[in-house]
Amino acid sequence: MNDVAVAAPPTAASYKSGYKPIWCPGCGDYSVLSSVTKALAMIAVPPSMVAVVSGIGCSSRIPAYTSCYGFHGVHGRSLPAATGLKVARPELTVLVASGDGDGYSIGGNHFLHACRRNVDLTYIVMDNHVYGMTKGQPSPTTEPDWDSKLSPGGTGVRSFHPLVIALASGANFVARAFSGDPNGTAEMIAQGIRHPGFSFIEILSPCVTFRPEQREWKRQMHAAPVAPTDDPARAARRIMTDDGFNIGVLYVGKRTPYPAVTGKVKCAPEALEAEFAL
Amino acid sequence: MSIALAGSGGSGVMTAGTLLLDAAARAGLYGIMVRTSGPQIRGGEAAALVRLAHVPTTSLDDRFDLLLAIDWQNIHRFADEIPLSAASVLIGDPDEGTAPEVFTAAGARYAMLPLKKMAKAIPGSWTNMVALGVAGALAGIEREALAAALRASWKRADDKLTANLAALDAGIAAAADIGASCALPPAPTPGTGRWLLSGNEAAGYGALRGGVRFVAAYPITPATELLEWMAPALAKVGGTLLQAEDELASINMIIGASYGGVPSLTATSGPGLALMTESIGLAVAAEVPIVVVDVMRGGPSTGIPAKSEQSDLSFAVSGLHGDAPRLVLAPTSIADCLTTTQWAVHLAEALQAPAIVLSDQFMGQSRAVIDRPPDVDFAGARLTAAANAPDYKRYRDTPSGVSPMAIPGTPGVVYTADGLEHSEAGIPSSQSRDHRLQLDKRERKLLLHDYGDRWADVEGDAAADAVVITFGSTTSAVREALARAACGGVHAKLIALRLLAPAQPERLAPLLAGVDRVLVVEQNHGAQLYRYLRSVYDLPGKVSSFHRPGPLPLRPGEIAEAVFAWRKA
Repeated sequence: MNDVAVAAPPTAASYKSGYKPIWCPGCGDYSVLSSVTKALAMIAVPPSMVAVVSGIGCSSRIPAYTSCYGFHGVHGRSLPAATGLKVARPELTVLVASGDGDGYSIGGNHFLHACRRNVDLTYIVMDNHVYGMTKGQPSPTTEPDWDSKLSPGGTGVRSFHPLVIALASGANFVARAFSGDPNGTAEMIAQGIRHPGFSFIEILSPCVTFRPEQREWKRQMHAAPVAPTDDPARAARRIMTDDGFNIGVLYVGKRTPYPAVTGKVKCAPEALEAEFAL
Repeated sequence: MSIALAGSGGSGVMTAGTLLLDAAARAGLYGIMVRTSGPQIRGGEAAALVRLAHVPTTSLDDRFDLLLAIDWQNIHRFADEIPLSAASVLIGDPDEGTAPEVFTAAGARYAMLPLKKMAKAIPGSWTNMVALGVAGALAGIEREALAAALRASWKRADDKLTANLAALDAGIAAAADIGASCALPPAPTPGTGRWLLSGNEAAGYGALRGGVRFVAAYPITPATELLEWMAPALAKVGGTLLQAEDELASINMIIGASYGGVPSLTATSGPGLALMTESIGLAVAAEVPIVVVDVMRGGPSTGIPAKSEQSDLSFAVSGLHGDAPRLVLAPTSIADCLTTTQWAVHLAEALQAPAIVLSDQFMGQSRAVIDRPPDVDFAGARLTAAANAPDYKRYRDTPSGVSPMAIPGTPGVVYTADGLEHSEAGIPSSQSRDHRLQLDKRERKLLLHDYGDRWADVEGDAAADAVVITFGSTTSAVREALARAACGGVHAKLIALRLLAPAQPERLAPLLAGVDRVLVVEQNHGAQLYRYLRSVYDLPGKVSSFHRPGPLPLRPGEIAEAVFAWRKA
């Protein structure tokens, strides 16, 4: 067959694996999956050139639901695995998926260092303010008075502000999205992938099973009434003073990404033994 | 001949020791220099322990022939590390006080030399170069070799070099007055094809030879030098080293890079290995090749960071949750750090499994003059999937247990690597059939591999009815002990295990035919090798253990005594 058909432009469906997700009916993560596949279709990168890396939790099941290469590792360590992959294989598009427990609690330290290292990754965190897979425990973004079996009467501990922490730690692109707005979310993911360096997109994604009150989120969300800024002080003021439902790209930085391996070979390993020879 | 150069930190004893070893190598001798120091980062007590010989030597002897101290501040803390005898010579600077009783008690001859004043008399010179002259001359190393070593290391102004060469000569002249007769006769033939390096450098070089091009790591004593050697070396060969935020990150970074098709390694010590354990299990389950070099130190917990112990063995062979087959290897010498690390990369890549290399502080941080190790052609050879391979299943149940690994970027064979138990296609599964199939596959690929003769070093009289089994850096002291025992009419063969896991019962059994006594020698408190061997091998006859924890190295004399006692029992 000599005639090679001109490939049709990819659609979101080209990036879906067809495996049936384990998520509950009504979970926000279905929409996030849809946004991810739409974003990849916008970028039009072949699925085999994309790796989706995750840790453990409901949201971390996403890699196998795509037709891309997937890596479903251990709890909290998606960012280091993705960092190693991207630095060693810079030609791949590497998307990292996490949740508020996986990404902000057990993986919290890696979040700080991924932001400051600024490897060219796109990090999406599906935040539903609860550990869903273990059936309803408070996470770092859960309100202090949220009652649960593990922390009756609430943890009494103030919740964590991921966007401020990302900004303070050096993330190069900071956005807040809502799963109920799949097209807007897809747009932001695509923008994050295109932007060099570490792009962080916090996606509010309701857990209707353990946090049914989050069904109300769709009424509370609103587009950020501001243009993106490259001034971190301005971005910080915005993020710290908004109502938490402000959707949009909130900061676009200009830092130089962490250098990937160049692969430039100056000598064979055997040449190094000269330094040992007497 | 064994020489200890001691002084407080900053007195330059490590430099003097390094130059002494370099000069000895130039004079055709073999030798080793072991570094020992107190816990202080700067200014604590320090000693360079140097042993020189006409034959390759990588253990420390029972006693030191010479202890030369630039000062005596806290040097008494080395009393156990620098044992002297009545035949030893003790040299100290009278202006720095007198030698502690712990050193004079053995009856060593005590000579005074005003080292500091001698250096002061030559403006621009240093006390440690006077000490180098004294020690070098007493070791029988000719002046030219000492001066050449000094010149080769010199990175400062020429006038200072002249001053320090004069200091060296002053030391050599002073040694003549002491007139000790512990000097080695000159080497019969000048050495050729020899190397001078540390075990950490050797391991790093072996990793590169094996194909490692990505390293992520977190600093930890005593593994840091391995990483510091690799950082610029990797850049030269087209790879990179990334400093991680912690060991949880470093292990996952190398798993990520290796998942991407790049042979990857990290180096750490016990506390770091403990943190990495969960993710080493991920490498087992997801079948991602990685190499973890554990430069062992005293444990548990923070333990004794700068001193050696072989006490991570149990942890390395069994410290993962679930049934998690892994490779565990241990180099048997500084030179073997190269070959065994290279082999570990090869095995990890070929078997798509994690390999733990158990080095230790003694091998890692000591420098030795060795014969250039023979080249081995082990290089990473991973079975990868071709683009668009039909009916591709990442975790297919193959006869060998090894299944082709698709490398991201390859079209038509995408899969998700998973720490969840999975089907052959890589889909998460909690079904008993899939679990059993994958457990069998991961076990089988390690058990069926042909490891060849490299699994152990086997030495000595093949017909001997007694065998000593050891591993790691203890091997050279055991070898020396058995040579002494043989002179005393007691014979045993030596088996130094290089491949600790998976166990090789079919290979060990023929070596134990006709053996009725086994002695297991190791440097830890819990007899870890002894217990491990009893659990995975059938050992014949009477099985005994000689084990002692670090930080003191196992010495040939105490092992020889144990061998005599064992054979008489």
